[in-house]
Amino acid sequence: MSDLTPPAAPLQEARYAGRFLFWAGIGLLVLWVLVPIWFLFINALSAPSEVTSFPKRFWPSFDMASLQFFWNFQGVTNALWNSVKVAVLTMILSIGMGAPAGYALSRFDFPGKEFFRVLVIMTRAFPLPLLALPLAVMFIRTGLDDTILGLALVHAMLALPFAVLITYSLFSGIPVELEEAAWTLGCTRLQAFIKVVLPLALPGIMASAVFAFVISWNEVFAAAVLTIENRTLTAFLLQSLNVSPLPLKFAGGAALVMPALIFIFAVRKYLFAMWGIANR
Amino acid sequence: MPRALPYLLLMPASLFLLVFFFYPFGLVMVESMTRGGEWTTENFTRMTGHWKFSTAFWNTVWLAAIVVPVQLIMALTMASVVQKLQTGRSSLLYIFAIPLGISDLAAGLIWLAIFEQSGFLNSILHAFGIIDRPQLFLGYQSLWVIFLAVCLAEIWRATAIMMVIIVAGMGLIPKEYNEAAEVFGATRWQRFTRVTLPLLRPSLQTALILRILMAFEVFAVVVALGGTTLPVLMGETFQWQFQLQDRGVAAAYAMVILGLSVAFSLVVLRLLHVPKGARV
Repeated sequence: MSDLTPPAAPLQEARYAGRFLFWAGIGLLVLWVLVPIWFLFINALSAPSEVTSFPKRFWPSFDMASLQFFWNFQGVTNALWNSVKVAVLTMILSIGMGAPAGYALSRFDFPGKEFFRVLVIMTRAFPLPLLALPLAVMFIRTGLDDTILGLALVHAMLALPFAVLITYSLFSGIPVELEEAAWTLGCTRLQAFIKVVLPLALPGIMASAVFAFVISWNEVFAAAVLTIENRTLTAFLLQSLNVSPLPLKFAGGAALVMPALIFIFAVRKYLFAMWGIANR
Repeated sequence: MPRALPYLLLMPASLFLLVFFFYPFGLVMVESMTRGGEWTTENFTRMTGHWKFSTAFWNTVWLAAIVVPVQLIMALTMASVVQKLQTGRSSLLYIFAIPLGISDLAAGLIWLAIFEQSGFLNSILHAFGIIDRPQLFLGYQSLWVIFLAVCLAEIWRATAIMMVIIVAGMGLIPKEYNEAAEVFGATRWQRFTRVTLPLLRPSLQTALILRILMAFEVFAVVVALGGTTLPVLMGETFQWQFQLQDRGVAAAYAMVILGLSVAFSLVVLRLLHVPKGARV
């Protein structure tokens, strides 16, 4: 018996070392994601003079002067408000058009179904922000240039394929039998949808709406191409990059990051279900 | 009525795709090949004749070539690590997924906070006594540092999207396959390369296509970190559209990006082809 113990000890040690490496690796990955964001927030929460000074401290002084400077800067509040308006419109447009399509794909078998599905998936192989170039011309002709609606239409195009595929998988996850039961009890198709399917699908639909919001909120290229007077926050920051002082850039960056962080946190439960199934 | 219903439901989304996807892409194609109403290749010769074209082209391609493989490996590592965890799984996933919600412009600003002259990299180097005075990292004399900073920012920002798709894909693989392989004495590495990876092909396909496309569309990160010092295709498109007011050449650039995207999507589809019957 006693000669069996020695080989066990190194094995145990190797296991401990393996565990240690595993957790150290996790720690490194977590730091890799979080530390850069931390740096941005140090800058945003320090006074402008500290932002440009050297060497930097690794803890913010919680001086709101940078944020105040950003907030009072010409055009910032307008840009923020425009960003919100475009994102909300994008959300409504993409879900409003995407959810019915997703429902049709999940509940009916009809000629052309596969064609439509492939079409939607195919849009992924195209660099969609480039659509802003031809649409800029089209919008000038129709009077949509430099409007909130014009930009929201382009952003809705970015978000629509996701909205269709995500709602398709959401509705597929709700048994048809529930709907059929409602029909036999005298509900019309619409009533059955509103009273049975919608309550079950609503959280998921909200999650995909939030996703559409974030897509629009973060988009830079189309926003910069299509807006001149009515700039969104991303377009404003991009256009003023080479003239704006550092504190303004970092405060602006933080203002861009904050809502996105909150929204991703709000939909974290759906993140994987949405991406995993919707992307097959 | 019931037979028409699915088509009615699909109608808004289809019409939208037609007007805001097919029509504008047709327009941009025509625009790239015409000048003043006549068919010509002048846009393309002007584009390739400009000294910035080949630099922008190769910068974009090299960025993708370096960033995407690194991200694939990191995303696979993150996903496997998360898969092994029993506790803290969801909070770790949330942390890893955070950059998913962050705009490319914000990511550029975050890494600007690190690489600028009074930034955190200089401060860290100073704290360790490696340098006395802050170094200028993002100047035109050291293009490779800008390139490196863009690579890091891109890796930091867009690994999350691949990770999420891969985690969702791993969740779909039945545990029995891995268990069977373990019974037959496969090591952990063998199980990963012989069981998990092949079964993960559909997810890898999606992740790679999405990511490669995003890599060709790289724009705001580069502008935030290097201005126009480091030309990339999307940035040049923007320049020709705005600064040089030449929509024809901008359209030609768009066609180059489009061509690259479609070509590489096809390559990925071909390389990771999964026969229909072999899907999990």
